[in-house]
Amino acid sequence: MALNATEGGDHIGSYRTYFFIWAALMLLLVATIVVAKVEVSKYSVLLNLFIATVKAGLVLFFFMHLKYENWFLKGVLFMVLVMLASVIGLTFSDVWYR
Amino acid sequence: MESTASECESFYHEKGKYKGILSWLMSTDHKRIGIQYLVALLTFFSVGVMLGLLIRLSLIAPGTFIGQETYNRVFSVHGIIMIFLFIIPGVPVAFGNFFLPIMIGARDVAFPRLNRFTWWTYLAGATLVALSLFAAGGAPDTGWTFYAPYSIRAKANITLAVTGVFVLGFSSILTGINFVTTIHRLRAPGMTWFKLPLFVWTLYATGWVQLLATPVLAITLVFIILGRVFGVGFFDPSKGGDPILYEHLFWTYSHPAVYIMVLPAMGIISEVIPVFARKKIFGYKAVALSAIGIASVGYFVWGHHMFTSGMSDTARIIFSFITFLVAVPSGIKIFNWVSTLYKGSIVGSAPIYFALTFIFLFSIGGLTGLIIGSLEPNLQLHGTYFIVAHFHYVMFGGAGFAILTALHYWFPKMFGRMYPERPAKIGWFILFIGFNVLYFSMFILGYEGMPRRYFDYPARYFPLHLVSTIGSWILAAGLAIIAGNLLRALFKGPKAPADPWGGRTLEWTIPSPPPAENFVETPVIRD
Amino acid sequence: MVQAEKQRDRIGAKYGMWLFLFTEILFFGGMFLLYSVYRSKYPVEFHASAAEENLLLGSINTAVLLTSSLFIAVAISAVKKGNYRLSVILQGATILMGIVFLGIKAVEWFEKIARGIYPNSPVLDKMSMGEILFFGLYYVMTGIHGLHVLIGVCVIAFMVYFTLTGNITRENFSKIENTGLYWHFVDIVWIYLFPLFYLIT
Ligand SMILES: [Cu+2]
Repeated sequence: MALNATEGGDHIGSYRTYFFIWAALMLLLVATIVVAKVEVSKYSVLLNLFIATVKAGLVLFFFMHLKYENWFLKGVLFMVLVMLASVIGLTFSDVWYR
Repeated sequence: MESTASECESFYHEKGKYKGILSWLMSTDHKRIGIQYLVALLTFFSVGVMLGLLIRLSLIAPGTFIGQETYNRVFSVHGIIMIFLFIIPGVPVAFGNFFLPIMIGARDVAFPRLNRFTWWTYLAGATLVALSLFAAGGAPDTGWTFYAPYSIRAKANITLAVTGVFVLGFSSILTGINFVTTIHRLRAPGMTWFKLPLFVWTLYATGWVQLLATPVLAITLVFIILGRVFGVGFFDPSKGGDPILYEHLFWTYSHPAVYIMVLPAMGIISEVIPVFARKKIFGYKAVALSAIGIASVGYFVWGHHMFTSGMSDTARIIFSFITFLVAVPSGIKIFNWVSTLYKGSIVGSAPIYFALTFIFLFSIGGLTGLIIGSLEPNLQLHGTYFIVAHFHYVMFGGAGFAILTALHYWFPKMFGRMYPERPAKIGWFILFIGFNVLYFSMFILGYEGMPRRYFDYPARYFPLHLVSTIGSWILAAGLAIIAGNLLRALFKGPKAPADPWGGRTLEWTIPSPPPAENFVETPVIRD
Repeated sequence: MVQAEKQRDRIGAKYGMWLFLFTEILFFGGMFLLYSVYRSKYPVEFHASAAEENLLLGSINTAVLLTSSLFIAVAISAVKKGNYRLSVILQGATILMGIVFLGIKAVEWFEKIARGIYPNSPVLDKMSMGEILFFGLYYVMTGIHGLHVLIGVCVIAFMVYFTLTGNITRENFSKIENTGLYWHFVDIVWIYLFPLFYLIT
């Protein structure tokens, strides 16, 4: 698995992109507060977590350059998240049915 | 290649900035770090054995030798030392450090200074644990599992001990990061994934388990510390907390921890069996990938430690089912080792004796694991000596014997000297007998209902307790012979050749003991 | 050859950092597990307690941390482009943002403590179980997160020093790149803590 040297680390994020990502994050911050305050429905909790995940994704993929990394890091990150979700899920198989 | 290599000096003579003990403590050489870890591990192992003998001694005449409170502390400390200071770091830090870089044709691990840092943190953690034994509050009496809410209220030095284990966990995580990165980045040219020695494969899987499981233990221990120091009641029912949740978190780490101990042990066996059977390993890819399989399925079976905790029936059934799945990749390994031996021309040297014993004892441990992995028998046996026996067959019969295998297999490479075979085999025989007398009687005791962790018991359990304790003495004698033999060889043994066993992996292509940078020229692996 | 080894080391260093972040995910994961279990057990109390949090301060802090992430990201690009002056300024700004974040956090904590709400306090222990757990989780999760911010601030201070002394250059930027990864991760944790403690009312 000889990796060539021109992956992720060499990527130089442009100031412009970073600025736009920041602007998007700020917009999402406003959106999440609005969703919480308006309390449109009982789904606002889920919606808030969804917005948080979008924000986290933006940070991950652009600020942290995950977009430019190889399959290995992306795959492992995905695996770790699945793992954490499964652990929480399995715990709930106890908590909910006890 | 060999002639040129033997001209350079071994890593023992390497001259660095520092002299004396500092030349070891400050060294970033993976081999020096590995040797230091080995010394520390074996020291703690001896302490743990002493405590184990004391437990057994107390059990043939409860109250004569030590009191009840002391008994609780002794079995707790026996567990804490054996688990957190000996067998969890065990194979990776000692043999992994020494051989992983050599086996993949590298000069060191990916982060040598981080490696040294893990050694220091290990020492720091060990110091904290040792302090907890002697500081004012008294040694921990919670068992090695630190179950809440007792661990949050107990008067003993739990905070110190738990902080120590936290630090040890940090060391373990960093070792995992280091090894995984090393295997990804530093393989010699031509060393493709499916040419990696099987020991490296298991270290790789182990590294991932260390990485992904240990942080869960870390946060759990933080909760205990916060509970004791600040009164945060996450596991305190009077504050709405749920003690069973502690068990969930604890075993989410501690079951995978079993694989931190056993996977690299299996790797050692996979190295030794083909060398002494004079055959290639049967089903290389299956053995390699089964390590990954065990590691990933093993992450989701922790609930089998909690069948009697009051967990929901749904969870009990799910966890019992997943537990059975782990048996599949473990079975694959056993079958492949046996198939490798089949029709091999087996050389009867000391390492293979220990390796075969591993297979035998680990199979007993694994199969009894299936018994207690199923719900119904578990409810009967969970609180009994059956668990103690199963545990020791897996831990000592598995990981412990693998460490003995590795010691006898790699001793010539690590120390450059040979040991005499006969005493090694005599020691092995006595140890084997003692082991089974000691622990098999526990299976029967447990089956008859003897509860574990108890200080005293009804008279009808006495005969088997006596047998078991006698077994502990035999076992100790065997260990003493083995240790004496190797210690003597360390100073008096004849010089070891580069490849005394006919091994095929890279460590046997360089002199014994290896030179400071392992390889004069980076090896290139061809088919 | 030497050049090639260096290259390899840099990617290795980045892998090492990512692996460390994976362990951090599971470290915080343990806390999120507790949060989700107790929230599912005491939904009403969690609901009511979250309404007591100071949404304004929480929102300002989120903005502060997101902006700090922008600063460190640009600071790293600046190093890679050889613009060390700009990088040092932005690293300094990141540190400042980190300190502001911790300051606001401290104000929130002290405001609560002044009302007698802290773990094991007589006031809190008289409240309902759900509230005890909510505020316990609040202190522990924001506390451990704050500790990560504090560590990050200290590490970035070292990076400023390294950039000034020429230890970090456009050829050798592993250190600051990894610091950035860590800082962004701490940011992501906050992105989740914010709705869990301030918005779910
Ligand atoms: Cu288990």
